[in-house]
Amino acid sequence: MPDGTIAAPDEHAPHQHHPALQHHFQDLEQQHEASTLGMWLFLVTEVMFFGGLILAYSLYRIWYPVAWALGSEELNIYLGGFNTAVLIGSSLTMALAVRSAQTGAPKATVRWLLLTMAFGLTFLVVKFFEYKEKFELHHVPGPNFHFEGPESPHVQIFFSLYFALTGVHALHMIIGFGLLSVIATMAARKRFSPEWYTPVELAGLYWHFVDIVWIFLFPLLYLVDRSHHII
Amino acid sequence: MQTMVVEKPVTYINHAHTVMSWLLTKDHKRIGILYLIVVSTAFALGGIFATLIRMELTTPAGDLLSADVYNRMFTMHGVTMVFFVLVPAVPAVLGNFVMPLMIGAKDVAFPKLNLLSWYVFTIGFCFTIVSMVMGGVDTGWTFYTPYSSQGSESNVLLTGVGVFITGFSSILTGLNFMVTIHRMRAPGMTWFRLPLFIWALYSTSLVMVLGTPVIAITLLMLVLERGLHLGIFDPRLGGDPVLFQHLFWFYSHPAVYIMILPPMGVISEVIACFSRKNVFGYSFVAFSSLAIAVFGFLVWAHHLFVAGISPYSALIFSFLSFAVAIPSAVKTFNWTATLYKGAIWWKTPMMFVFGFLGLFLVGGLTGVFLASLGLDIHLTDTYFVVAHFHYIMVGGAIMGYFAGLHYWWPKMTGRMYNDTLGKLAALLIFVGFNLTFGPQFILGYLGMPRRYHVYPPEFQVLNVLSSAGASILAVGYVLPALYFLYSLKFGAIAGANPWKATGLEWTTQSPPLPENFPTTPIVTEGAYHYSKREIKVA
Repeated sequence: MPDGTIAAPDEHAPHQHHPALQHHFQDLEQQHEASTLGMWLFLVTEVMFFGGLILAYSLYRIWYPVAWALGSEELNIYLGGFNTAVLIGSSLTMALAVRSAQTGAPKATVRWLLLTMAFGLTFLVVKFFEYKEKFELHHVPGPNFHFEGPESPHVQIFFSLYFALTGVHALHMIIGFGLLSVIATMAARKRFSPEWYTPVELAGLYWHFVDIVWIFLFPLLYLVDRSHHII
Repeated sequence: MQTMVVEKPVTYINHAHTVMSWLLTKDHKRIGILYLIVVSTAFALGGIFATLIRMELTTPAGDLLSADVYNRMFTMHGVTMVFFVLVPAVPAVLGNFVMPLMIGAKDVAFPKLNLLSWYVFTIGFCFTIVSMVMGGVDTGWTFYTPYSSQGSESNVLLTGVGVFITGFSSILTGLNFMVTIHRMRAPGMTWFRLPLFIWALYSTSLVMVLGTPVIAITLLMLVLERGLHLGIFDPRLGGDPVLFQHLFWFYSHPAVYIMILPPMGVISEVIACFSRKNVFGYSFVAFSSLAIAVFGFLVWAHHLFVAGISPYSALIFSFLSFAVAIPSAVKTFNWTATLYKGAIWWKTPMMFVFGFLGLFLVGGLTGVFLASLGLDIHLTDTYFVVAHFHYIMVGGAIMGYFAGLHYWWPKMTGRMYNDTLGKLAALLIFVGFNLTFGPQFILGYLGMPRRYHVYPPEFQVLNVLSSAGASILAVGYVLPALYFLYSLKFGAIAGANPWKATGLEWTTQSPPLPENFPTTPIVTEGAYHYSKREIKVA
C-alpha cells in the first residue's frame, strides 16, 4: 500500500441490509442524499430548458406588446384559471402523499397519489379542449394561421411560443403522470417505509416543479394583457 | 506496492464475458469502454469527412466535390466531431473510467443513469448516421436560421433530433458526475485532496448541467419551426434569427470549455507524474477550472460581433472574452512552473502534454486576437477562425485526450503499449497538426473565407501544405489505434502502477476489480506526493 491509504474495515457487514440499499452506497442516508441532490440538479437543468423559451417570449413581448395583448385576449382565462387551481390542488395532494409515505401510511399514500394523478389528468383534458378550440379558430401557427389585422404575423409568433411553452409543459405533465403511476404501484406493494421513501419524495419534487412552471406560464400567457384594460 | 502474482485475478473485464454483460452493465469502467468504442467510431467517421475536405481543397477548382456535397462534408465533419467526439471524449470515456477510482468510490452515484446516458448518446449518434446515409446536412454545424429552418433541403430535422437526444446524455453525465463528486468521495477525501482532474470534471459538469438544456430547447424550437411551422425565428413574421444565434452560442461557447476543461485536468495529472513534482499552485489550478466554467457563460456574443448586435454589448463581450483568457493563462503558467526543476520523464503521455502546451498556447493567444473587436471584423468567417478553434479543439482537447488515454491505458487494460511508437505518434500528430493548421492562419489573414469549395489560385501553395499536413496527421491518429489494439493481446503486463504515480486509481490492481477496491480506501493526504528521487523506475 502506498502512503496515504490504509484499509478501512469491511462495510459489508450483514447487520444493515435494507432491500432498497444499492450496493455502491455505504448506507441509506448517503443514497438518499445522492438521489435528492441529483433530483435538484435535474430541476436546475429544467429551469434552463424552460428559460430558453421564456427568454424568447420576453424578447418578443418587448418588441411586439400590442400583438401580445391581442394574442393573450384570445386565450380563455377561465379555463386557464381553472387549470391553475387544479394544479395547485394537485401540489397539495402530492405533498400529502409524500407526508403519508414519510409517516408509513401506504394506503393514504396510494390514495393521495391517485388523486394527484386525477388532477393531472383533468389539467390535460382541459388543455386538450383549449388546443382544439385554437385549431378550430385557425390560431395554430403554420400555413393555415389566420388572424385579422396588421399584427397578424406577430400574433403568430405569440401563438408559436404559446404552443411551444404549453406543449413542452404538457409533455412534462404526461411524463409526471407516468412517473406517479409507477410510484403508486410501488406504494401499493408497500415498498416504502418511514426509513426509505426517496422515490415518493423525488416524484413530488418533480411534480411541484411542473406546477411551478405553470404558475409562471399562466400569467405570462393568459394575464399579460389584463393591465391593458385597466390603463 | 508490488503486484501480487495471482493465477487469474478477477477484473472488471473477465468477471463476465457475454455480450449482454457489456450491454447491460452498470459498471462505470465498462461504460467508459463502451463510450470509447462509439467515440472512436465517430472520430474515424469525422476524420473521413475531414480527409475529403482537405482533398477537395488541394486544388483551387471544385473538381472532387460539388459545392453542395462540400457543404454537407464540412457540416457532418463539424457535427460528428463536436457532438460525438470532443464533448464526450474525455468526460465520458476517461472521466467515467477513472473518476470513481480517483475519489475512492465503488461506482458513480447513479449507475443505471450512467448506462442510460450511453444508450441515449448512441441512439442520438444513430439518428445522425441515418441522416448522413440519407444525404447529410448542409447548414454548417451551427444550424443557423433561417437557412436551417426554411432554406436547406437537407436532413436538418433528423440531425437536429439526433443532436437534441445526444444533449440529454451530456446532461445526465454531468448530473451524475456532480452528485458523485459531492456524495461518493471516500472517507478523508476532502475537496482539497481531490486530484485536479476531478476539479476539472466538476467544473465541466457544471457547464453541462447549465448549458446543455439551452441548446436542447433551441434545437427543439428549430425542429418545431421546421417540422410544425411554428414561427419563433422566422423573419417573415418579425422573428429574429439573431436570437437563435444568441441561444445557440449560449451553449456552444461554454461547450468549448466542456471540450477543453477535462483535457486540462488530464494535463495536470500527467505533468505532475512525469516531472515527479506536485502541481504548482494546486488551489489556483483548481479554482481556475471553476473560473473558466463561470466566465465561459459570459462571452457567447463574441461569435456575433458582425451579426448586428449593439456596439455597447459588443464592447462588454469583447472585454469579458479577454478576461476568460486569465484563468487559462493561470493554468498554463502553473504547468510550466511544475516543469521547472522537475525530473522530466520522457514517456508517451508526457509527449502529448508537451504537444498540448504548445498548441493550446497558440490556440489561446489567437483567441485573444479574435476577441478584439476591430481585428475580429477582418477575420470573421475566415480560415483564421478555423485554424484558431482547431488549435484549441484538436491541438488542445484531442492532445489532452490522447495524453489521458496513454496515461490510463495500462490501468484500463492492464497492458503496456509500445512506448516508442507512442512517442512517434505524438511527434507525427504535433508536426502534422502544425503543418495542417499553421498555414490556415495565414490564409485567413490574407482573406480566404471558410466554407467554400473553391478559392483563388494564389492560395494554392498554403492549401497544399495544409493538405499534406493533414495526411501526416492521419498517420499519427491511425498509429495509436494499431498499437493500442496490439497491446491488448501482446502488450507487457502493466502491473498496478507502471508510472509510479500517486493517486487512488493506481493503488488498485490493473485492470481494476469489478468494484474498484478490495476495501474502501481511507485518505489521509492530497493526491500528489511526488518526489524527484524515485524517478529511475522504468
